[in-house]
Amino acid sequence: MSRKLPALTPDNRAFWQGGEQGRLMIHHCGHCDRWFHPPAPVCSRCCSRSVEPRPVSGKASVYSFTVNRQIWDTALPDPYVVAIVELVEQPGLRFVSNVTDCPVDAVHVGMKVAVHFLAQEDVWIPLFRPEAQS
Amino acid sequence: MTMGPFNAAVTGIGQSEVARPSARSGMQLTVDAALLAIADAGLTVADIDGVVCWPGDTDNGSSFSPVGPLALKSVLGIETNWMSGGYEGPGPLTGIINAAMAIGAGLCRNILVFRTITESSARLVDRNAASLANKTAGRDSSFFWQWYTPFNVRSAINLIAMYAQRHFHEYGTTSEQLGWIPVTLRRNAARNPKAIFRDPITIDDYMGSRIISTPLRLLDCDVHCDASTALVVSRGDVARDLRNQPLRIEAVGSALKQPWSWDQISLTEMVTRDVARMMWSRTDYKPENVHMAQLYDGFSILTLMWLEGLGFCGRGEGGAFVEGGTRIALDGILPLNTNGGQLSGGRTHGLGYMHEACLQLWGRAGDRQIEKHDVAVAAAGGGPLGGSVLIVRD
Ligand SMILES: [Zn+2]
Repeated sequence: MSRKLPALTPDNRAFWQGGEQGRLMIHHCGHCDRWFHPPAPVCSRCCSRSVEPRPVSGKASVYSFTVNRQIWDTALPDPYVVAIVELVEQPGLRFVSNVTDCPVDAVHVGMKVAVHFLAQEDVWIPLFRPEAQS
Repeated sequence: MTMGPFNAAVTGIGQSEVARPSARSGMQLTVDAALLAIADAGLTVADIDGVVCWPGDTDNGSSFSPVGPLALKSVLGIETNWMSGGYEGPGPLTGIINAAMAIGAGLCRNILVFRTITESSARLVDRNAASLANKTAGRDSSFFWQWYTPFNVRSAINLIAMYAQRHFHEYGTTSEQLGWIPVTLRRNAARNPKAIFRDPITIDDYMGSRIISTPLRLLDCDVHCDASTALVVSRGDVARDLRNQPLRIEAVGSALKQPWSWDQISLTEMVTRDVARMMWSRTDYKPENVHMAQLYDGFSILTLMWLEGLGFCGRGEGGAFVEGGTRIALDGILPLNTNGGQLSGGRTHGLGYMHEACLQLWGRAGDRQIEKHDVAVAAAGGGPLGGSVLIVRD
């Protein structure tokens, strides 16, 4: 089914549209040489405005997850996995996504996953699947 | 002599019926609660000079908070020196914290704090009234929610289930341990005539209840209701002359040292660590001095994290602390959510914890009255938003 989509802004556009080129774009601070998320016009750690979206490897591990069993909407898959993935680039660099393309019972904390993208309108939603399948 | 750092005390409490659903309007419920609280304090409406509510009327009379302070002050004819509402504060106890600050700053003498919720009535009309997908029309432009709704996060339970999963992973906490929170709170609810669910449940019932979002089950979720809860907070010198013994607001926790985000914070501590550090740093009381804990149980795992965060047990030890239910029982070392909490009593969403704390402190809790009742902690919220109050009967 179609997903709820974000409103695009100069701050979040690279994240939500990087998938068009097959790239996961994450904001990076040139001053502290650190990645951060969600994207913003300033680094919340050092206040530098030398920030820009850069491509990351798309490799991650599952930091936590849940298998949704409640039928919120009959058009949603049943069941489906919501996960917090941590990117390999930096400890603590994580965001909410879905783990797809594997049995829900196979998902576990620490599972190695890789990004793929689901295109909908002008948004490329970054999703993750077991690394072995990528 | 002032009464604590804010020179503020709770002097009256009131609550409407707690129904599923109520035939009464949100405003009728609110007026019921407000007039009870004012009368309980031995005051009249003319004595009230401040009105505050969290989160206020945030969204066109939404069932999450259909009545705000501006509407209530108009309906009751309250002549306010100050009023406040709004979502962006330290969680569901923001109203109490704001009232204490306004008293401390000398703005008011007697402040009416209230919260109304009509989620049961709303669900009769639209079963998905609470869906996060409906928070914004069209594209999600929320700074906060846009990072979750595209991934089919339809309820906060999907996010909080991931907190539970991480807690289970890091500390070996189990569902069988977590289940002792809803099971014990149901026992408390059996002694509360206003509770929504009062029939006993067992750990087997808990383990047999259906999974909503792993590892959380139906019985880990609070139960929606229609209700309004109100308290009067008075200035110290005013409070001393009123009919109830003043319940002094000794300290509050309102800190948030992490981002406002579900996934950029500590998943196993949430805001509890920031709130607790602040509150305990501003009082000589210690966790072991506390006679009861009224802690947010929108989902049971949140209560477990509040127990740890506030220092009632060690980090990661919440599962062992609640296991068996004896420590958190009405006659245990730390009675927890003595009215059944939101899990069984009803999702009054925050102010119910303060109401119950005050009822117990005054010794008016009937069949569920606990033995020692001088010091209480109430805490509410989850994820990145939360706050706590330490309240004392001298
Ligand atoms: Zn920086």
